[in-house]
This record gives sequence, C-alpha cells and structure tokens, in this order.
Amino acid sequence: MIQPHDSIIVQSLGRFLIPVIQIFGLYVLFFGQYGPGGGFVGGVILGTSMLLAILIFGHEASRSQLAKKVLHGDGVGMLIYAGVGGLCLIGGGEFLNYANLEIPGLEISARRSLGIVLTQTGVAVDVAVTAISIVFSLSAQEIIEDSLNG
Amino acid sequence: MMFAFEIPLLILLLVTAAGAILVEDLMSAILLLGCYSFFLSVVWAWMGAVDVAFVEAVVGAGLATVLFLLTLFGTQPKDVRLRRPPPPMAALFGLPLLGVLLLYAAKDLPAFGDPASPASVRISPSYLEQSYQDTRTPNVVTSVLMDYRSLDTMVETVVIFTAGIACAFILRRKTL
Repeated sequence: MIQPHDSIIVQSLGRFLIPVIQIFGLYVLFFGQYGPGGGFVGGVILGTSMLLAILIFGHEASRSQLAKKVLHGDGVGMLIYAGVGGLCLIGGGEFLNYANLEIPGLEISARRSLGIVLTQTGVAVDVAVTAISIVFSLSAQEIIEDSLNG
Repeated sequence: MMFAFEIPLLILLLVTAAGAILVEDLMSAILLLGCYSFFLSVVWAWMGAVDVAFVEAVVGAGLATVLFLLTLFGTQPKDVRLRRPPPPMAALFGLPLLGVLLLYAAKDLPAFGDPASPASVRISPSYLEQSYQDTRTPNVVTSVLMDYRSLDTMVETVVIFTAGIACAFILRRKTL
C-alpha cells in the first residue's frame, strides 16, 4: 500500500505536472502519424502520469475510481484493436485490412489512416492499463506483509 | 565533429552498463540501469532511430526504473547488498573468445546506412514510396507498424495483455 506523500512541495508539483504529462501523452499518441511516437509510447506516458498520481497522493485517493476496474481496461484495449480487425472482416476484406472499414464518404487512404488512429488508441489503452495494473500488483499490502513475516 | 560526440557517449554507455553489473548496492544498480537506458536512447536518436529512442527513454529509463524500485521497496529484503561468487573459469575464458568471434563475424555485416544492404533493397523502398499515398501517414515507422504489419503489432499487444494478467494472478492474493 502506497501512502500519500507528506511534502507540500511534492504535492503541489504533482498537481501541476500530472495534467501536463497527460496532455503530452495524448499529443504523442495522436501525433504518432506525423512524428516520432505512437500508441505504445503514448500509452506508457499516460500510464506513468497515473502512476505519479498514485505515488504522490497514495492508493486511497485513486483507489475507488481506478483500482477496481483497472484489470478490465486491459481487455478494453485488446477489444478496440481486435474489434477494428473484426469490422474490417465485416466490411468484406481481410482481418485488419483497414481499407475495408465501412465508413461512407471516406476514400481508401483516409480509411487506412483512421484505422491506424483507432488501433493506436487500443494499444495505448492496453499499455497504460497494464502499467498501472502491474504497479498495483507489486505494491499490494499482502505482499509486503508476507515479506516482513518471512 | 561526429567523432567528438560519439566516443564519450559510448564510453558512458560501457561505464554505466559495467557499473550496473558490478556495483554491490541494489538501489545503485537500478539507478545505473536507468542511466544506461537513457544513454542508449541518446545513441539510438543519434543513429536516426527516433521512435526506438523514444520508447527506450520512456520505458527503459522511466517505467522500468519505477517498477524495479517498487519491487525493491515492496519485497524489503533484509540485506540489499549483493554477494557474488567469483566467476567460473569457463566464463572468464569462454566469453572473451565468444566476443572475439562475434567481432570477427561483424566484419561481414553491411555498413551502417548502406543503401545496397539486403535489408534496404527488397521491400523497404516500396514502403517508403507508397506509405503516404496508401495511408496518409507521413511517419513511415507508424504506417509499417500499424498498417502493413498490423497483425504483428496486435500479437505484441496480446503479449503485453498477457503480462499484465499474469502479474495480477501471481502477485495478488485478494481483490484490491
């Protein structure tokens, strides 16, 4: 169990830094088509910003909203990715061939661009949730108790 | 100009890697490993692989260090100093021999940035030429990863998914 940090400096800096990091993560995620970055890095940055929140404000602050549902989010990322592939199958093409996404009014290259954005979002959700989930598992109370009791 | 930049960088890389292996304190080893990842990401950025450098900086120097530190604090070992037995003679003589053999074999590899190397003559030019027309994605790395080689990336995502699930199953005893 991670306790909240006592120092006012750390808490104020955290309040200032966490939104900045999250905006930067979203920028990296959606700018991945035009520059370095993409789903994996964006997801890790988003996950790290939430980890920073847990490390600064403690488990209790983020527990009720996040911790109970965090394992389900892992599946949501995979569902987005594989779901885009399934939509391509429904559209009449191969699995993950984004040219077959059935969206009227979009030419083929724009459909493939949209498919890249959607799958990158799926990867980002998956990676961010996995990072938080591993940290929650590592810092669970019973592990520390076990190690103290031998 | 290039020479003055690359030699200190590689020396720093070697020093931090050797330090992470040789230092006795576990905390120092973790921080040295983070420094190693950071210098490695600078090397990759210098070689032109900006996406790889980005991932190494974020994951290697950021997330992995946090995970190692949490493991160290979470397990709370009685003694964080490592006691190593001296290496066996086979390792002392075999590993330098292996290194010499690998250096000898590396002479046959194509030069860095060689446009006639086998990796860059077959399918890479068509990716580079058609990526923007096909997918409207200026970053070719992204279009190869997420469009042309999309199934590979999906299975990589499955690997990450499995890692998260396995960590939760192994480490958690009851629900949070």
